[in-house]
Amino acid sequence: MEQNRNWESVAPGGGTISAKHPEKSVSAAMAADGWFKAMVVLCSFVLLGMILISLSMGYLSIPIPEIARILGNKLFGILEIATPLEETFAAVIFDVRLPRILTCAAVGAALSVSGVLFQGILLNPLADPYTLGVSAGAAFGASIAILLNLGATFVSTPVFAFAGACATLFFVVYLSYSPSSKGIASGLSSNSLILSGIIVAAILSAGISFLKFIANEQVSVIIFWLMGSFASKTWINFGVVFAFLVMGFLIAICFARDLNLISLGDRAASSLGVDIKKITLLLLITGSMLAAVCVSVSGIIGFVGLLVPHMVRFVTGPDNRKLLPLSMIVGAFLLLFADTITRAVLPHEIPIGILTALTGGPVFCWIFKRSRLR
Amino acid sequence: MELHIQNLHFSHGDTPIIRNVSCSFFPNTFYGILGPNGSGKTTLLDLISGFLIPDRGQVLLDKTDISALTPKKIAQALSLVSQNYYINFPFSVEEVIMMGRHPYIDRFAHPCQTDMDRVSQVMDITGISHLKHRKITELSGGEKQRCIFARALCQDTPVLLLDEAFSNMDINHTLHMLGMIRERIKRTKGTVLCVLHDLNLAAAWADEILFLKSGTIQAKGKTSDIITQENIEQVFNVNSKVEFNEYVQAKQVYFKTV
Repeated sequence: MEQNRNWESVAPGGGTISAKHPEKSVSAAMAADGWFKAMVVLCSFVLLGMILISLSMGYLSIPIPEIARILGNKLFGILEIATPLEETFAAVIFDVRLPRILTCAAVGAALSVSGVLFQGILLNPLADPYTLGVSAGAAFGASIAILLNLGATFVSTPVFAFAGACATLFFVVYLSYSPSSKGIASGLSSNSLILSGIIVAAILSAGISFLKFIANEQVSVIIFWLMGSFASKTWINFGVVFAFLVMGFLIAICFARDLNLISLGDRAASSLGVDIKKITLLLLITGSMLAAVCVSVSGIIGFVGLLVPHMVRFVTGPDNRKLLPLSMIVGAFLLLFADTITRAVLPHEIPIGILTALTGGPVFCWIFKRSRLR
Repeated sequence: MELHIQNLHFSHGDTPIIRNVSCSFFPNTFYGILGPNGSGKTTLLDLISGFLIPDRGQVLLDKTDISALTPKKIAQALSLVSQNYYINFPFSVEEVIMMGRHPYIDRFAHPCQTDMDRVSQVMDITGISHLKHRKITELSGGEKQRCIFARALCQDTPVLLLDEAFSNMDINHTLHMLGMIRERIKRTKGTVLCVLHDLNLAAAWADEILFLKSGTIQAKGKTSDIITQENIEQVFNVNSKVEFNEYVQAKQVYFKTV
């Protein structure tokens, strides 16, 4: 096999052999790499800035120097807090705003990473984390928890939602898996996955309607939960989402190059040495778990997972090694931006799920139509 | 690298696609695989490349059963240009061709100088350097096929499987690619299995021909022995006239216009 590694070739029949400049192509690649790193750093700073601004905004407006002083005191033990007012500020920041803001950013990041994974696996730039009915499953689980009044303890609704999402995922995978496809072929074709997802989601949403119908007084609780919200999120919420995000992102970035090949189709990927059966399933579960934990914690927040990877792809191109990190940061920023608007700018807080759908939907229509016109 | 197929059998549900096929492919040879639609040509290549697992029988690469090899090892031995080259994501041509180096690049490594040189070299000899920065989704069918072909060349495997790899290329590029394949076989003692529909191209370029019909081998052997009126009638059910052509320096097939 070794002999094949270094064959020189001459183009027959007047092929074009031009002088090659390998050093040039290397420097071009390095320049592109540097540019990408600069983008990541820039976007991270914008995200940090957004977190600070968001901390300062709200019912009680806190000036940014105060925030810096309080953070410096609580995190690093430098700078002291003198006045009672500052004590109040510190309480607002650490007990109310920071958990909410960080949860929101983590959910935005996780949904975006999940979106990138789904778009790659389903070979479809228009897929999203909810394509496989994960959101409907979570919503169904949450509705049952609310209906049976299990929501008294703060964990049980999210736990039910998470269980619902997982059960739905495994049912959808089971439904679309065809054991008759023998070989490396994953047995999970994107068409059958999408179709199974749609069917299961339709059944579940009928189920949710039924639960609402018999729910009497809890119906408003169910409806509010379904619309999504970051109000009164705790450090525990953030911890759970963040842990999943870190795990999910590490797995995703580890297999990003394989995902590039998978997004070209089964046959191409397998002939290039990707273990598609194993990796497709692994990434499918990773993406679904990310979506499931997000929905469990914050309700159904649409369009982030669809729109962010789609927009970032215009900048980075389809290479998942770049798409994943940048989508994560941009997703965190955009969802935090939206949440800050509904929390601190609008006169009444409207559910974040409604806001993202109302703004993300039209933006998506615009991008989609523009790409059709080209 | 020798490639042996033993009693290979494969069916979709109750429909057998490949029936008890056994044959061997040797280095330094260009095999043309021909047969009517649905005769199992693509399935045969899928079985050889390990994409499909046979119901019975085995595929041996130098005496190793390919089911015992990891996908990565297989990808270092076999490359495939498949019939379906549809790509949904706007990768640049250069990125697509770099993917041919995937089996040689470790999970966390970046492409090394050898990989990059190989990519630009392959783009040069396949004449697609000028498309380097274009998006693959914006290219024409023939251009896309040339890119996929270049990706397979970049994979530097002893065995190359081509499934109608020239179906959308013009005659100039088709001849160019065929010339490159022959060149490569001579230099690397490689094996090429090429599914194609053009009897005359096969007659002119292939060293050996394999006629497939309803999942069985109808005829296999040296091109000049196999390209005969009788075989063509038996396999494709058409009348033809076969004679040696001075200009082509090979047998050519003529068909009557009804």
